[in-house]
Amino acid sequence: MSALPPDDRPRPKSLTDLFVSFTLLALQGFGGVLAVVQRELVENKRWLTRDEFIEDWSVAQIMPGPNVINLALIVGGRYFGLKGAVVGLAGMIVVPLVLVVVLALIYSQFSEHQGVAGALRGMGAVAAGLIMATGIKLIAALETNVIGWRWCTALGLACLVGIIVFRLPLAYILFGLGGVAFTLAYKRLKP
Amino acid sequence: MKETLSLTLGIADWIQFFLHYVSLSLLQIGGAIATIPDMHRFLVDQNLWLTDAQFNASVAIAQAAPGPNVLFIALMGWNVGMNAGGVLLGLLGIVLAMTGMLIPSSVLTYNATQWGHRNSNLRSVRAFKQGLAPIVVALLIATGWILASASGKSLDHWPLWLLAGVTTVICWRTRLHILWLLGAGALIGWFGWI
Repeated sequence: MSALPPDDRPRPKSLTDLFVSFTLLALQGFGGVLAVVQRELVENKRWLTRDEFIEDWSVAQIMPGPNVINLALIVGGRYFGLKGAVVGLAGMIVVPLVLVVVLALIYSQFSEHQGVAGALRGMGAVAAGLIMATGIKLIAALETNVIGWRWCTALGLACLVGIIVFRLPLAYILFGLGGVAFTLAYKRLKP
Repeated sequence: MKETLSLTLGIADWIQFFLHYVSLSLLQIGGAIATIPDMHRFLVDQNLWLTDAQFNASVAIAQAAPGPNVLFIALMGWNVGMNAGGVLLGLLGIVLAMTGMLIPSSVLTYNATQWGHRNSNLRSVRAFKQGLAPIVVALLIATGWILASASGKSLDHWPLWLLAGVTTVICWRTRLHILWLLGAGALIGWFGWI
């Protein structure tokens, strides 16, 4: 994996393209932006391969900061350096920020309405399904993983149980299971 | 948000507000959501700058609205400012909260990533990427699960689970646009079927 992908790959044409693309992504992301990001950047625009997406997403998760914001920084930075990182972050935040303040003002009028509460519940359930589907789709990218499918399955299941059943803090998972996984991968990769 | 507060905040208070977010910035591993308990302690319990209702509404609206969930931080800043006197202070609250929360973590993430890109052939960098991949994929599935169970795990909520499950399959197997799915979810909820 090199810092810059080969030239024949699709990539953002300019900082404006980057800003507009991230703004549109953010505005489609009800209940979280992640599912949209994967579909748009990997499946539609093809700025990132599935493997690159997983790599960037692992970094975005493990670093402090909101993970979608980190992802925007990382993807922007991949193509345009510091400027790209700032523009990617701004694209993710500026327009949605204006919108959310307007919504907060409107909400104070309608918070009691049955239909509004129901619609929010419905969209929440759909958003949950979208994120699960994103994870399921990315399983295929693990086929070539150096630690092998047995370990991938074991670590993945341990992670699911840790989060869903025991509700462990994310830091335990990332540093605990992540540490085991890193060691395994490190041993299997030739120097 | 019926209950309202009326505050007088001096420059020292705003600086304290900003620095609190700066101090939380590097602690938000796994997302800003992880810092919610501490923010509640600071804003609601300790300083009485926000009511409980304002605090909860800030989180709920940012979750429901399009855009990154971290915008709940902006809404908290906005509400503190509004409590302190109006729109201009609300905007000040947004700027202080968002810059305090995002600048330290972003600087760190950007530099770490650039270092990683420059050293992408290092064995440790490759091991990090390969090793974390299965965990990251599982985390996505777990996140979806946690969100689906947010409104209740009991059997009474089976229609919500069904909706989440059907959405998972459709999004996985088809290329139907995500907005259609969200729109359908909103309609089903609006008519009270879930």
